Amino acid sequence: MSHIVLNETAHQQEQGYEDAGSLSLFGFWVYLMTDCILFATLFATYAVLGQSVAGGPGAADIFELPYVLGETSLLLFSSITYGYAMLANHRKDKRRVLQWLGVTFVLGVGFIAMELNEFHHLIAEGYGPQRSAFLTGFFTLVGTHGLHVLIGLVWMALLMIQVQQRGLCCVNSTRLSCLSLFWHFLDIVWVCVFTVVYLFGVI
Amino acid sequence: MSSESQVHSSAGASQSSHKSYNIGFVLAALLTLIPFGLAMYPSLPRTATFLLVLACAVIQILVHMVFFLHLTTAREQRWSLVALVFTVVIIVLLVGLSLWIMYYVHYNMLGL
Repeated sequence: MSHIVLNETAHQQEQGYEDAGSLSLFGFWVYLMTDCILFATLFATYAVLGQSVAGGPGAADIFELPYVLGETSLLLFSSITYGYAMLANHRKDKRRVLQWLGVTFVLGVGFIAMELNEFHHLIAEGYGPQRSAFLTGFFTLVGTHGLHVLIGLVWMALLMIQVQQRGLCCVNSTRLSCLSLFWHFLDIVWVCVFTVVYLFGVI
Repeated sequence: MSSESQVHSSAGASQSSHKSYNIGFVLAALLTLIPFGLAMYPSLPRTATFLLVLACAVIQILVHMVFFLHLTTAREQRWSLVALVFTVVIIVLLVGLSLWIMYYVHYNMLGL
């Protein structure tokens, strides 16, 4: 009996690394859930303030749906290219991982550039966050999402250097999985953003 | 071996394939184009458009969770799913009750 228990303990110790990896992923998942709640508070704020335009422009006046569709497709394409990077990671194909991460990075940068351009145009026309409660809510919500994407891009760049230098060892593999969760999660938040902010605003 | 099962047994990163990602991508693309089309070329009554767009968003979120995040009801992922369900409850309470309260504040303040 004790022999079996000992064996099991040894077995668990052997797989200690594996458990640490999946525990990190679960911990990161729990962080993402708290991030969901952060976004939920911003969505609730936006929904409450969305009609308070203070005589300024409303949602239908300032949003251009074709432009938003462009941003959306960049983010959606970056989601699938990250998926391909993860598949290459499972195959331990370092070169492909780096290639797909590179494509994902470029698409992410494209999204951020389009969003900054949109913000710049709005502010240049005098529709900055100080114009009305609606615009404050809009800039806070969409800006917070953009900031997350930006942090994801910094993380991705650092991870590409790590993979380049140290290969797809266990730690880097776990890091890639965490960033994968983060990246797909941001795409889900963007689905909520374009539905609630842009589409509901124009309908 | 250990690194493989590490990835497979963890939250949202179970075994996946090109096929799963491609199906997810096609579904997500369709569920993006349909609501954008409905909003850009209004042809239905406003309420119907609103409900269809909302339905597309909810389905697309589920598509992302199944095909991109690979969430399943497998035993190894039970706790991830529990955390998700708990979060959804919190979000529904947070957003739903905020809107409910603010709607009536608005209603009473204007003396309607």
